[in-house]
Amino acid sequence: MSTISREEVARLAGLARIDLTETELDRLAGELDVIVDSVAKVSEIATADVPATSHPLPLTNVFREDVTGEVLPVADALAGAPAAEDGRFAVPQILEED
Amino acid sequence: MSTMTTPLVDYDEAVARFDPVIGIEVHVELGTATKMFDAAPTGFGADPNTQVTPVSLGLPGALPALNGRAVEYAIRIGLALNCEIAPLCRFARKNYFYPDVPKNFQTSQYDEPIAFDGWVDVELEDGEVVRVEIERAHMEEDAGKNTHVGGSTGRIHGAEYSLVDYNRAGIPLVEIVTRPITGVGARAPEVARAYVQTLRDLFRALDVSEARMERGNVRADVNVSLRATPDAPLGTRTETKNVNSFRSVERAVRYEVSRQAAVLDDGRSVVQETRHWHEDTGVTTAGRVKSDAEDYRYFPEPDLVPVAPSREWVEEIRATLPEMPAARRRRLQGEWGYADAEMRDVVNAGAVELIEATIAAGAAPAAARKWWMGELARAAKDRAVELAELPVTPSQIAGLQALVDSGRVNDKLARQVLAGVLAGEGTPEEVVTARGLEVVSDDGALLAAVDEALAAQPDVVAKIRGGNLGPVGAIIGAVMKATRGQADAGRVRELVLERVQDA
Repeated sequence: MSTISREEVARLAGLARIDLTETELDRLAGELDVIVDSVAKVSEIATADVPATSHPLPLTNVFREDVTGEVLPVADALAGAPAAEDGRFAVPQILEED
Repeated sequence: MSTMTTPLVDYDEAVARFDPVIGIEVHVELGTATKMFDAAPTGFGADPNTQVTPVSLGLPGALPALNGRAVEYAIRIGLALNCEIAPLCRFARKNYFYPDVPKNFQTSQYDEPIAFDGWVDVELEDGEVVRVEIERAHMEEDAGKNTHVGGSTGRIHGAEYSLVDYNRAGIPLVEIVTRPITGVGARAPEVARAYVQTLRDLFRALDVSEARMERGNVRADVNVSLRATPDAPLGTRTETKNVNSFRSVERAVRYEVSRQAAVLDDGRSVVQETRHWHEDTGVTTAGRVKSDAEDYRYFPEPDLVPVAPSREWVEEIRATLPEMPAARRRRLQGEWGYADAEMRDVVNAGAVELIEATIAAGAAPAAARKWWMGELARAAKDRAVELAELPVTPSQIAGLQALVDSGRVNDKLARQVLAGVLAGEGTPEEVVTARGLEVVSDDGALLAAVDEALAAQPDVVAKIRGGNLGPVGAIIGAVMKATRGQADAGRVRELVLERVQDA
């Protein structure tokens, strides 16, 4: 049962900013299909009384104290920036300013 | 911005024919010492990118560690808004690509907010109370700050780019979402404003945020839709983003009502989209078309374990909630003996805290109100500032009133003393000394002025001696004039009568 179309893979790739070739689109549509089908099988077993799991360890409430720690020196923070100006990251123009 | 003029329907006409429905999303930056997921400090006004860690920058391999105090503050807000607190909730990744979100996703909450199903009562300026239902309040992180370079800054064409400062990236936020607010009709803009103001007051009372609008600690997104009648299904809404002052919230709703009415009148449909608010021109312009929720590809955050506030913890937090602003106002009104209208004026003028502090410093409630709502309100208006921004403290006002109460200055002199304080000449006591404004009740000094006034007006003296006390005022006036208003009027009257009888 094929559930993931080639067009859907192309749309997701666009949303995720992943540049896929035509061949990759074809291949991934098939591969994702297998994954979705496998997950669907799990869903069949997991009935409403089985809580969703987002984390493999049975932990909750792991909190950090609200105490300031070390920060990066500006030079280090900007070290990976393709371009910087006045201590800030320079990026292509953003049309919708906040 | 388009140069085309957007057609608008007059507001009153629009609300006569359409029923506006609003919904508001408020983001509040929490006043924690550190960010939501890392130990970078959150202070305002630091140099760009000096408050960042690998987590703030979304560097590869960086892992989040949740700030427990931010969770506590979120619960405080939820409880104050009469919400249920989730026994278990999770964070989720909201995926989108934008330079101010360095991880390419915002860590937020999606289908499991920490607080939900609440309400808050909002009081309008005339005293009408509107209950606003809260759908949810969830935790998330703030984004970095973009500055656009080029264009209007005079750089050459084609060299336009943006600069990003990530100091704000990762500051804890709570986003509070209302259910659609219906049944308020033409008052929708007022309700929107009063709601945001109510939340701001609440954040301050809860001590979870400095809640300074001008610093962007509190930001509102305003949803507006119109429908033909209150029975009709909800119309298509627009969401105006980042409306960051009370006045703008009101104006933005008014504008959208007028604009959407024109669109509908024209037989077209309102486009579901985000819109930008332009503070300078008071208009909104179209932004991007609202995308489907799926486009954000939300999924549970694998790097953070669920938050499961124990019922004991929630009750512990509930027990520490302070008196809510509305209840506090009612209590203070009772204690101070102000009439409803008087109290509303005080609240609307932002004078509650100032008057409270003035009374605490020793002034009578009536006197405190007289100063702040009279002379000081005028001074604030003249200077176009808020009362709290005037260069005078509540304890100075109490000191000024003490000078009046002790008879050392009269009302007229007191106003001059206040003018001196506002002009930066020092405390009321210092101004009195420096300007020589004390009431003269020393008989020696006064008698000379009294004798002079009597001698100048013999006809008046004759009338008084004949038993007609009416003209005494004329003599007192002359003495006051001669002493530049510094004479103790009561004492002058006594002296005048003594002199006339003795003569």
